[in-house]
Amino acid sequence: MQQEVVLALLAKEPSHGYQLRARLRQALGPLGDAMNDGQVYVTLTRLEKAGLVTSERTAGMPDRPDRKAYALTARGQQRVAEWLAEVSWPKPDLAEFHLKLLAAAAAGLADPVAIIDAQRRELLRRLRDAQRAAMAEPDGSEAALLLEGVVLRLQADLRWLEACERSWTGRKVRL
Amino acid sequence: MNSGAEAMVRARGLRKEYGKDESLVRAVDRVDLDVAPGESLAVMGPSGCGKSTLLHLLGGLDRATAGELWLAGRRIDQMSERGMAALRRDAVGFVFQAFHLMDELTAAENVELPVLLAGRSPRTARRRAAELLDQVGLTDRARHLPTQLSGGQRQRVAIARALANRPQVVLADEPTGNLDSEATLDVLRLFERLHEAGQTLVIVTHDARIAATADRLISMRDGAFIDETRLTGGTSGQLGALLNLDG
Repeated sequence: MQQEVVLALLAKEPSHGYQLRARLRQALGPLGDAMNDGQVYVTLTRLEKAGLVTSERTAGMPDRPDRKAYALTARGQQRVAEWLAEVSWPKPDLAEFHLKLLAAAAAGLADPVAIIDAQRRELLRRLRDAQRAAMAEPDGSEAALLLEGVVLRLQADLRWLEACERSWTGRKVRL
Repeated sequence: MNSGAEAMVRARGLRKEYGKDESLVRAVDRVDLDVAPGESLAVMGPSGCGKSTLLHLLGGLDRATAGELWLAGRRIDQMSERGMAALRRDAVGFVFQAFHLMDELTAAENVELPVLLAGRSPRTARRRAAELLDQVGLTDRARHLPTQLSGGQRQRVAIARALANRPQVVLADEPTGNLDSEATLDVLRLFERLHEAGQTLVIVTHDARIAATADRLISMRDGAFIDETRLTGGTSGQLGALLNLDG
């Protein structure tokens, strides 16, 4: 879990770890299922060591143990502001795949078209899963918008694979 | 198995050629295919790969140059024109990219038409159309003409029409080809529901989204099948891997 994400969730008000976890689950929907329950706490501990958050033990309810409430420090607030202003976009590793095809062909180790086919099968399975998850989300769900992004990216990757295939199908590869 | 009894669609050595000698084109080149009852199959490939021709052969819209073909256990490659017409009407539901609705008829009348042509009473036709338009979520558009409907709504009417005579197989040619992202999702949902209801589906497309709804995917190039993938049982339960959330 990216530290800045957890920091930003604390910008509105101090929260308990379990509240942050619930907020993340709501925002990510089925995509958050892979998230380990302990991850938020691990991240909070790191942030505290780095002086970006402070914690205060609050009295527990009768049915619950004491819990720590986390709040941003001044430096934590500054880091959130910087993060919001940053322009970044996740990088799919196209270069690695491209170089894999070139290396496979050059060394005669594998047929690039077979590598492309295997990759396409994997992406289509992911597309199927992401689409099914998107269709299962109720109207107006936060996670549906995220899933739409995942679907669109997979479509773009699949289109690039088509271009890869067209290019490699014509070339002579000695195996 | 020579009878083709278990498969809903079965083809052996299916071939379709155009022209001759130098200009001979093999649009479909020695295709073997089995589609199980209730299976959803997608055939993907670039335009001109022969996938539409293949679909036309499977549905009896066109005749093969060579090969054997069965639909729901019946051998159809040597069937008479009359037999083929009845088969297209009763056993096959077609969905096309350009919808092919009758512009002079309302949505409901478009769906009623194949029921009437199959010799049922107007009352039965009306009931069936109302039921199907309800299934595709267009009850309130039943009296609209196609020109008064959006592309997505027209395709949903076309899907309702394809189902009118409870076909054994639905054949779809680029069903999302003319639709925007939102309307595509509606059609995807409909196809998922049909699939869950046990409808046998064959979809030819170059849209990865509709192809990804299928159980099985075949890639086609230059008239031949080059790759086959089972899409079920993939990455389920690991959607988070799509986002590197576990990092």
